[in-house]
Amino acid sequence: MSERPFAITLEVGSSRANHTGSWRSERPEYVRRMPPCNAACPAGEDIQGWLYEAEAGGGGYHSAWRALVAVNPLPAVMGHVCFHPCEEACNRLALDEAVGINAVERFLGEEAIRRGWEPPSPAQPSGRRVLVVGSGPAGLSAAWQLALRGHHVTLRERSKQPGGMMRYGIPAYRLPRRTLDAEIERITALGVQIECGQRVGSLAYALQEGAFDAAFLALGADVAHHIDIPGATAARVIDAVAFLHATAEGQAPVLGRRVVVYGGGDTALDAARTAARLGHGAGSLPAPQPLAGAPGAQEDPGGEAPPAPQEPVVVYRRTAERMPAHPQELAEAREEGISFRWLSTIAAARGERLVLERMRLDEQGMPQPTGELEELPADCVILALGEEPDLTPLQGLDGVIGEDGRVAVNEAMMTARPGLFAGGDLIAQERNVAVAVGHGRRAARSIDAYLRGFAMPGEEAPEPVAFADLNPWYFTDAPRQVAPKLARIRRQSTFEEVVLTLAEDSALYEARRCFSCGSCFSCDNCYGVCPDDAVLKPGPDGSPYAIDLDYCKGCGMCAAECPCGAIAMVPEQT
Amino acid sequence: MSAAADRSPQAERRDEGLRFYQTGTFAVGGRLLAEHQRTVQSQPRRPSSLTKGHRACQGCGEALGARYALDAALRAAGGRLIAANATGCLEVFSSPYPESSWQLPWIHSLFANAPAVASGIAAALRAKGREDVRVVGQGGDGGTVDIGLACLSGMFERHDDVLYICYDNQAYMNTGVQRSAATPPGARTATTEPLGGHPGNDFGQGKSAPLIALAHEIPYVATATVAELHDLEAKVARAMEIRGPRYLHLLVPCPLGWGSEPSETILIARLAKESGLFPVFEAIDGAIHAVAKIRRQVPVREYLRRQRRYAHLFADGGREDVIDRLQAAADRNIVRFGLLEGSAPLAGDLLGAPAPGELDDLSGAQAP
Amino acid sequence: MAEQIEASVAIATAVARCRPEVLCAYPITPQTHIVEALSRMVRAGDLAPCEMVNVESEYSACSVAIGASAAGARAYTATASQGLLYMAEALFNAAGLGLPIVMTVANRALGAPINIWNDHSDALAVRDCGFIQLYAADNQEAIDMHILAFRIAEQLSLPVMVCMDGYVLTHAIEPLELPSQEQVDSFLPPFAPRQILDPDEPMTIGAMVGPEAFTEVRYLAHLRQQEALDAIPALAQELSERTGRACGGLLSGYRTSDAALVVVAMGSVLGTLEVLIDEMRGEGLSVGALAIKTFRPFPRAEVAAALGGAARILVLERAIAIGAGGVLTDSVRWALGARQTPLHTVIAGLGGRPITRRSLRPVLEAAATGGLGELHFLDLRQDLVDRELARCRSSARPGPHAEAILREIGIVGAGPV
Repeated sequence: MSERPFAITLEVGSSRANHTGSWRSERPEYVRRMPPCNAACPAGEDIQGWLYEAEAGGGGYHSAWRALVAVNPLPAVMGHVCFHPCEEACNRLALDEAVGINAVERFLGEEAIRRGWEPPSPAQPSGRRVLVVGSGPAGLSAAWQLALRGHHVTLRERSKQPGGMMRYGIPAYRLPRRTLDAEIERITALGVQIECGQRVGSLAYALQEGAFDAAFLALGADVAHHIDIPGATAARVIDAVAFLHATAEGQAPVLGRRVVVYGGGDTALDAARTAARLGHGAGSLPAPQPLAGAPGAQEDPGGEAPPAPQEPVVVYRRTAERMPAHPQELAEAREEGISFRWLSTIAAARGERLVLERMRLDEQGMPQPTGELEELPADCVILALGEEPDLTPLQGLDGVIGEDGRVAVNEAMMTARPGLFAGGDLIAQERNVAVAVGHGRRAARSIDAYLRGFAMPGEEAPEPVAFADLNPWYFTDAPRQVAPKLARIRRQSTFEEVVLTLAEDSALYEARRCFSCGSCFSCDNCYGVCPDDAVLKPGPDGSPYAIDLDYCKGCGMCAAECPCGAIAMVPEQT
Repeated sequence: MSAAADRSPQAERRDEGLRFYQTGTFAVGGRLLAEHQRTVQSQPRRPSSLTKGHRACQGCGEALGARYALDAALRAAGGRLIAANATGCLEVFSSPYPESSWQLPWIHSLFANAPAVASGIAAALRAKGREDVRVVGQGGDGGTVDIGLACLSGMFERHDDVLYICYDNQAYMNTGVQRSAATPPGARTATTEPLGGHPGNDFGQGKSAPLIALAHEIPYVATATVAELHDLEAKVARAMEIRGPRYLHLLVPCPLGWGSEPSETILIARLAKESGLFPVFEAIDGAIHAVAKIRRQVPVREYLRRQRRYAHLFADGGREDVIDRLQAAADRNIVRFGLLEGSAPLAGDLLGAPAPGELDDLSGAQAP
Repeated sequence: MAEQIEASVAIATAVARCRPEVLCAYPITPQTHIVEALSRMVRAGDLAPCEMVNVESEYSACSVAIGASAAGARAYTATASQGLLYMAEALFNAAGLGLPIVMTVANRALGAPINIWNDHSDALAVRDCGFIQLYAADNQEAIDMHILAFRIAEQLSLPVMVCMDGYVLTHAIEPLELPSQEQVDSFLPPFAPRQILDPDEPMTIGAMVGPEAFTEVRYLAHLRQQEALDAIPALAQELSERTGRACGGLLSGYRTSDAALVVVAMGSVLGTLEVLIDEMRGEGLSVGALAIKTFRPFPRAEVAAALGGAARILVLERAIAIGAGGVLTDSVRWALGARQTPLHTVIAGLGGRPITRRSLRPVLEAAATGGLGELHFLDLRQDLVDRELARCRSSARPGPHAEAILREIGIVGAGPV
């Protein structure tokens, strides 16, 4: 070494003695931020988290599913019926199309059923007993979470089979019953006792009689709103909830040739699409039951073959844009031939015709009558004007029902009565499976804390990652894999699933379209783009990166080039 | 719905070997990529030929580009690589006594002679029968396009077995940001102040070292930027498969000289390419055979406005005339090099073999 | 055994026997015959393994040599005059990096006016670049000095310039003895570089050094050159033992021991001087000559000792330090220290003007008797100078001197333009 020319010839890598980290005024820090999908998920799923697992394919599907059911026991159901607000929040929308989160969830859920994946092991028994009333998604979700936490759960269901609206409200073409059954079976396999056909007449009595330490009420909302249509006979009017319930039990009523559905929510569309399928009478369907006094059947002149059934007509007082039903449902209904009378109310019935009054929208977007009338032939009217809960089991429980006649809960999902919690359609503004699952999970966490004497957990709502926080250059343009849809013609006459489960490679592709907003997905960008060689990659895949603060000059390139906004620059403390 | 029908485009893409849909091939690495699809930079034990502790400014594009290029060359050469470096920022910030940031055998001689020193190394290795050891010459735009051009041309013309890499930051940064032959028109430098009606650096025909290299019809000429690592590494790898003179012109933004945010070095390199101002292409044996298409086209002003060297174009009423001329230059590149999807370089316009029938017949003979 | 051979070819052959691995050169008169001969040997396969790099400039020539030497190859180049100045930057660099490159300088004047003939302006212009500078008095010495140069260079890890007068020496055809390959091999071991660019042992060569160590770097370079003052005589002695003749060294005296007047000179003029001194000694004049063979490092003590007995000193300069006088003079005066020996500078042989005994004799005689001024220009055409000065005084824009003088002596132009 001493032979080498002094000062002019140097040892390689000797610059490590020069700690350039002292130049820095800001330092990069790895962060985990709230992805918008997670923030938007009513069920509280860690969508980014399970998509990350699923991206690996193969064994990744199982770990993805485990992450999924840690939050939601009904991934396959949700994969069929969730209106996926996560996808509306997805940052990828700004680049091409949202990630098909719902389709991947469904793939994972179905994959679990197909492969018979076991539920997670519950915690040690706590010795505490919890009563859950109602086996809809809220009740099942709460039961699952409570059982996982080691509590003994008794679930009481009024109907013959568990599932609530999932079984009796959502048509089979949207949710196959075998999927529902499989996921409920997994919940019972965890140790949840489901007692069907057990109407809880008095909750106060039930609690006392069963020596329960806490209870979760998930009674749902299935009492239909009713209006009187002047001139209509009761026999020609049916409410949508009853119609769907009867159809689900295999006792679909005969509706006649010309069906009018009145209302603009998802239930209205479910009813219309179900009616359309019944009208086309596929051989595989249960035989329609005659509706007493149904005029369509009686007044049909004999001798001739009955005219072909017409597609149902939905009458709604506002416009398509202002319809509360989900756009996807509307689109599918239209594809199936359902027609619509917008800006119309039913004023009266005259024989086989309905009298509609044209409406106009005022400046607030509210419908106002115009006085203009028109007629619409109808053999039957299905009313889908909303539902409300049946609160009779709560009689005698002081303060649980508020002055407004509703059940009120605090942030922890607890009613005014300690130990009594409520969720699902019973209390929800927005009534759907995802909200209900979320309620069940949150209530279960609170019940667990209540039973153990801990403080009730609150829900944090950190600011979700915005598209502007990402560096989308690194994401290739990858169009969404639209799940193959049944040909329209087949859909018209069967209750087969309208939207099929993604094939495995498509599901993998969808998962990999995820931006991983706010969470490192090990892309090596920070490690690569540092001009100062100051990012450490200590091990193989999956190990976290680290900033070598001895050398990091704080240029911020790693943060700027992080595709998913998982590096923040924070001021250096001087 | 049959399974076959579902083996749609993504299934075909998988068959082509591109399995990484999440981030495509643009990120440095990723757990989902097969080993051979990962960049050298993603390797936990990459060479880091220019390692930590160097004294480059925050966000230095040249420091980044040098590590990118040399690491790729080192991998291609199986670790057996020698570098000859021209005087300039890269040399000064990497090797001030008593510390060196280099991790490969490296020599700095003079400003203008890096190509010749590299030629000498290559000649020595050939004489010693050590052709397993490969040689890289490198320098900034001043050392390459200006003062070193004669040496570079000689190296090309003699067919010396050297890969020469120019780290182009478009001015003499080491001496305090003076104009070089690679300084673009409109840019303010310490010797091209926008005074007396001058637009910054004056407009001229420019001096494209890549096209000069192309005119030598050497086996390999390519341009690249620090914004597209996969492209850069692929080019270095391809260049290293070839013997003889090879030239790589790498755009490396300089936050100090360009007046840009240190965190935006890669972004600015990306915008240079996406605006069409810096065409990214590859030429083999004197003819352009591949062009990096513009992926998300931006007007030049999106590129210019992020750099204080162009601030005078936007201040006090601005110089729309200058911006328009720069946009025209980008548009010309886009047409000339065929930078948009679906277009091709203009045959006969660029150096290289024109397509048959594309040249005017100067004999005056009439076509039958 | 001597053979009749052109000196350039002989030099090329001597270089070839030193087994260089990389040769690089750019053609410039009067160096061309040397590299042409080497090129033929490489192409014919007579010199192998060796790479000949035909560069595009002298700057590149030295730069290629720098790269080759740093990569562990024995590297050689040759140049002259403008070419030497064109590589000036690289010369300092090669020396600063301590790369043992050997270079022949076929000494030639520097323009303007452009001139292809011999003097020492070129090599002396770069005397401080850090190369060791050897000056050959004749072609045999030039041959031997090249072999010596490689050994000195590699032993000290310093570049060496072998200076030989252009045309006068390079283009002479005369009987010369070439050391055999065996002789060279036994004298010159394979190159073992002090530092090398090698992937197996990477290092950084050519660092930037700031004020904190630059003085030390320079001081060490100076010390290393000083080491050559011991190494050169020893190695020259070692080589002469193999060849049986004197083979360069620091300096050599010719009849200086008892000389009252000693003429100090470098290069081929020594041959002329020796004949003249013999003549003048025959006439009873006490004259001797001191040949400086190593100008860098300057052998100060040896020169002082060699001039110890001289009553008067005449420094015969083949270059001019414009505005000062003689380059060699300064070094000789420095060597003399406090001694006040009268010293005359004679500028001679610029741009190829012959230095004849006839012209020298009166100057030496004048110097011996104290009748010579401090600075004298040999054979200066005072009449031409006077007329040109007069012409300049007569006109505000006199035009170039050179053309006017040539017109004056009738070489160009037939009358007023």
